Amino acid sequence: MALAADTPKDSFRLSMLIYDTRFRAITIQVIVLILVLLGIGWLVNNTIENLAAKDKDINFSFLFSRAGYDIDQQLIPYTNDSTHGRALVIGLLNTLVVAFFACIFATLIGVFAGVLRLSKNWLVGRLMTVYVEVFRNVPLLLWILLAFVIFSETMPEPKDFKTTQAMVDAGTTPAAQMILFDSVAITNRGTNIPAPLLERPLGGTEAFGVPINFSVLATLLVIAGSIWVNYLVRRRAKAVQEDTGIRPVTWWKSLLILIAPTLALLIAMGFHLEVPAFPMGENGVSKGFNFVGGINVAHSFTALLIALSLYHGTYIAEAVRSGILAISRGQTEAAYALGLRPGRTMSLIILPQALRVIIPPLISQFLNITKNTTLGVAISYLDLKGTLGGITLNQTGRELECMLLMMLIYLILSLLISSGMNVYNTAVKLKER
Amino acid sequence: MTKSSLSFVRRDMLAPQSAPVTERGAVKWLRENLFSSIGNSVLTILGLLVLFWIVQASLPWLLNGVWQANSLGECRTIIAATAGEGASGACWAMIAQRWNQFMFGFYPKTDYWRPILSFALMFVALTPVLYYGLRRAAMLMVGTVGVLAVLSLALVQTDGWHDALVAAVMLGLFAVAAIMPKKLVWVTLVFPAVGFFLLWGGSVWGPVGTLFGFGIWVAIWLVLQSRLGVVVPAAIGLVAASLWWLVLQTSVTTALHGIAPLGLTAIDSDQFGGFLLAFVIGVTAISASLPIGILLALGRQSDMLLIKTLSVGFIEFVRGVPLITMLFTASLLLQYFLPPRTNFDLILRVIILVSLFASAYIAEVIRGGLAALPRGQYEAADALGLDYWQAQRLIIMPQALKISIPGIVSSFIGLFKDTTLVALVGLADPLQGITKIVRADIAWKGIYWEPFIFVGAIFFLFCFGMSRYSMYLERKLKTDHR
Repeated sequence: MALAADTPKDSFRLSMLIYDTRFRAITIQVIVLILVLLGIGWLVNNTIENLAAKDKDINFSFLFSRAGYDIDQQLIPYTNDSTHGRALVIGLLNTLVVAFFACIFATLIGVFAGVLRLSKNWLVGRLMTVYVEVFRNVPLLLWILLAFVIFSETMPEPKDFKTTQAMVDAGTTPAAQMILFDSVAITNRGTNIPAPLLERPLGGTEAFGVPINFSVLATLLVIAGSIWVNYLVRRRAKAVQEDTGIRPVTWWKSLLILIAPTLALLIAMGFHLEVPAFPMGENGVSKGFNFVGGINVAHSFTALLIALSLYHGTYIAEAVRSGILAISRGQTEAAYALGLRPGRTMSLIILPQALRVIIPPLISQFLNITKNTTLGVAISYLDLKGTLGGITLNQTGRELECMLLMMLIYLILSLLISSGMNVYNTAVKLKER
Repeated sequence: MTKSSLSFVRRDMLAPQSAPVTERGAVKWLRENLFSSIGNSVLTILGLLVLFWIVQASLPWLLNGVWQANSLGECRTIIAATAGEGASGACWAMIAQRWNQFMFGFYPKTDYWRPILSFALMFVALTPVLYYGLRRAAMLMVGTVGVLAVLSLALVQTDGWHDALVAAVMLGLFAVAAIMPKKLVWVTLVFPAVGFFLLWGGSVWGPVGTLFGFGIWVAIWLVLQSRLGVVVPAAIGLVAASLWWLVLQTSVTTALHGIAPLGLTAIDSDQFGGFLLAFVIGVTAISASLPIGILLALGRQSDMLLIKTLSVGFIEFVRGVPLITMLFTASLLLQYFLPPRTNFDLILRVIILVSLFASAYIAEVIRGGLAALPRGQYEAADALGLDYWQAQRLIIMPQALKISIPGIVSSFIGLFKDTTLVALVGLADPLQGITKIVRADIAWKGIYWEPFIFVGAIFFLFCFGMSRYSMYLERKLKTDHR
């Protein structure tokens, strides 16, 4: 009599590779692996053949040769004698700077619009709905082009800001006026904004071709230090509150700690703003052809910044709105029942829960903003796509290397941002069993 | 208690009064919605100011619009004559004059019936997908589209016999919809080839040959399926079809073309432009990216390590790079990766890469839908003895897709908006390409609001329409929590 423990000895048949679930997974994976390897081999082989046919090789040494083109907006020194590698860095910095400011403005606009869209005020709610729907349903490229065209074609020329002798005699003012207390001039060539200047800078040095400005470094250090001290003060206040139930008044201490040291440092270094203006001749007649002093911000930067902020602001507004709506009304009511005032309810009960819903889409919008800065190529903004993937590529003819390098850099940027998001997500995830 | 202690008792009822004036009608609505508190009142006044500013800036401009003129200068003269010196006004005449270019790019004027017919056929092909077997809906859809197609053809002024041809085709399809609406599915199946043939032209035998390859595939699958299951016949069919496509098709179609040279004038890709281009890229990429996205999402959920790794790698790579780099890959790099001397159409290359790009996003959306399904659904499907594909088709996907409708549609909207980026690789999209051409014309130099508003309005119409349709679909398919 056969025991139940005896498993039937089935011999291995070839068909079991397909019909037996134990083997099927392995079969499929082996086939896929072979296909993928064949595909990769085919692509690589084609690439080698094509490169050979065009008498090219894969070589990144062009990064160390002279670039020979100028870039308007540069955060670290660059001339057309610099290398293509340095042009790449300039482009990357331009990408990052426009992405950084666009993230900040888009968040501000988004939070503003998202909260107002939920407002009980009918008119304001409708206005914000119109804003969100209009900006979201029209391509971003349109907003970028429109903003750029408006800036560069409707704004007055620099000469319209000049005061001529005839104007002085007639007692009239120039055709165009500066805005914001005569500190900012928008011309068709760019926006002239005041430049922050130091009378007694702390000097600087250079490391690996990157200039390091001690004044900026010192200011950043002082700001970081004050934030840390402020954190200590608040922690102590919290400890006192836990012990005694009474929270010490901290707002004036915080204000003092956050503002005073930075202010003192800036005054010590002789901080002032240099306002752009025409050189003044006799009797208030302007000389020259363009503004002198200040910083000239290219319209490609301004237009890209405005368009990105307004467009992505709508997505952030929707994220904020859905985050707040996701918190059930019972949470607010429970907080009121515990005797919390509306402000404390918001900061202690609603926001911590809503942020858990809001932050992931917010960060993915930051990612999208960073990727969409590439659209600046339509208005000749020289970001990474404009330098490495644009002029450098066209000059050197090294499409393969430039595109691969560019994709790699964007990939690293997005992986950094999304890994930051994952860290945050794990930190705030509901710890449930 | 004695009777006398009651000093007053009302003996008759008071007549009912209407609510105080502050608690009814418009006043109440105003108080509640606009002036409920000081902060709210301030907001309302600010909102009114903004509204007033917008209306004041744009209303005269819109009202003074000119529809008949030949140049911007002429527009301005007309506006100055009718609305007074210094008045601003829109010059819509530009759109009236350049309408065809905005719609069709540089497509030959005598062939406008081809894109119009294929656009109409697209809706006919969509009909069975949306309303399978519903006679009235199919008749309504095909009838409306047919009438619109003939009307728009009459508007762009082509010759009579093409009008008659389009009318005959649409009439025939209407008859099919009326008699046997289920047969419309055949239109859906052959539409990709028919649409390609109509738009690009060339020999009729090329698309027929491609369709024949699919026919071989399906035939082999149908014959062998009963004996060998699902996967193996599909693979054999694919191999056979690939043999046909790669080895035999070209010689056979060339021979057939030699015998019977049927076809339409070939149209080059650089003649495509305007909204025609946006629709060709958008519609093709949308319909290609959904199945690829579903497969990628399933791959990402798979237990097989290799398949999972490949899917994750592909999805994360594509989501990590901007679309523009993909487009430039299409225009610059693809020539390196393909066999030497292959050179296929730029639009086709762009469509392939845009589809791959969109499919990664759709895969992530569907993965969200799959993750939202309770584990019990999978287990129940297993318990019923369904195999993997049956479970996916009958149990998992219908629910997961329903959950992910909003995300899928917003991916589609994003894709449609992103079709404007093809201008950066040299195609004449409506926004950058055509608008640039119009603005470079000496007659319309200096015009900027009108073309951007026009193009933006059309994009808004489609994107907003899609998002509203997805909301309707979501409500219609909602089967729980009623």
